[in-house]
Amino acid sequence: MGSMNEYQVIGRHLPTESQPEPKLFRMRIFAPNEVVAKSRFWYFLTRLRRVKKSNGEIVSINQIFEKHPTKVKNFGVWIRYDSRSGTHNMYKEYRDLTRADAIASLYKDMAARHRSRFRNVHILKVTELEKTTDVKRPYIKQLVQKDLKFPLPHRIQKSKKIFLPERPSTFY
Amino acid sequence: MSTETTVKSVNWRLVEVGRVVLINQGKNAGKLAAIVEIIDYKRALIDGPNVPRQGVTLNHVTLTPHVVANVPRGAGHAAIVKKWESSDIESKWAASSWAKKIARTQRRRELSDFERFQVSVLRKQRAYNVRKAVAKA
Repeated sequence: MGSMNEYQVIGRHLPTESQPEPKLFRMRIFAPNEVVAKSRFWYFLTRLRRVKKSNGEIVSINQIFEKHPTKVKNFGVWIRYDSRSGTHNMYKEYRDLTRADAIASLYKDMAARHRSRFRNVHILKVTELEKTTDVKRPYIKQLVQKDLKFPLPHRIQKSKKIFLPERPSTFY
Repeated sequence: MSTETTVKSVNWRLVEVGRVVLINQGKNAGKLAAIVEIIDYKRALIDGPNVPRQGVTLNHVTLTPHVVANVPRGAGHAAIVKKWESSDIESKWAASSWAKKIARTQRRRELSDFERFQVSVLRKQRAYNVRKAVAKA
């Protein structure tokens, strides 16, 4: 994982005579790199305010790193997704070590289940679900139950050799 | 038909908190660690005295028969190291035939040309003695 990063982008309208100190706008944006993050910032800002890239400027951009990247967390994600026939709002849950990894798997998941692309998924809100009772989706509920254990029944132990004298054992 | 069959339950190695795993890939390959928390059905968070705490894909590790006893879910590094030592994982692992096999292949790989020659001589001597004993019997 790690194909997605989280950026804090701050931008504003260019100063004019009527407005010498324009308002700053801050967004937390998930993108693979800074270039895409800035592009997404302008995409969202033009939808929300009368500021375009041509009459605005990026004040600062910096990456937000996970505070505790070795703690397993459950995330609730609200998204807006444009399908081929309409727009849908969705709520999904992910279990991961970082917010950025959770969003990376969200994009993979949306691409797999709904054939979506990066450009037609808007991430509205990402929250960490602190209590296990807040978990709503059954696919995450089954992972937070007490004393979880399961076998890995059928595995092929990969060998680096080209030829083997025997078929590999699949018992694990 | 009245053939009686006894069905034995299979003793799977389970993915569980405290399970000791052998890492197969990456820069920590060949080292042991314990599962601290299960992330999902394909990934787990591992930690141990020789390995930094990290998430791994279960495809990149092999489950061992050993389990670190009484590890709470999501335990910290210091707690894991303590339990690791109290449940004697290192000595249990070193005594297992799996670990010995790994150590043997490792040693064999490091042999110099002369040592390989010594091995071949010793193997010939052993085969000679075995054949002599068999002929006598």
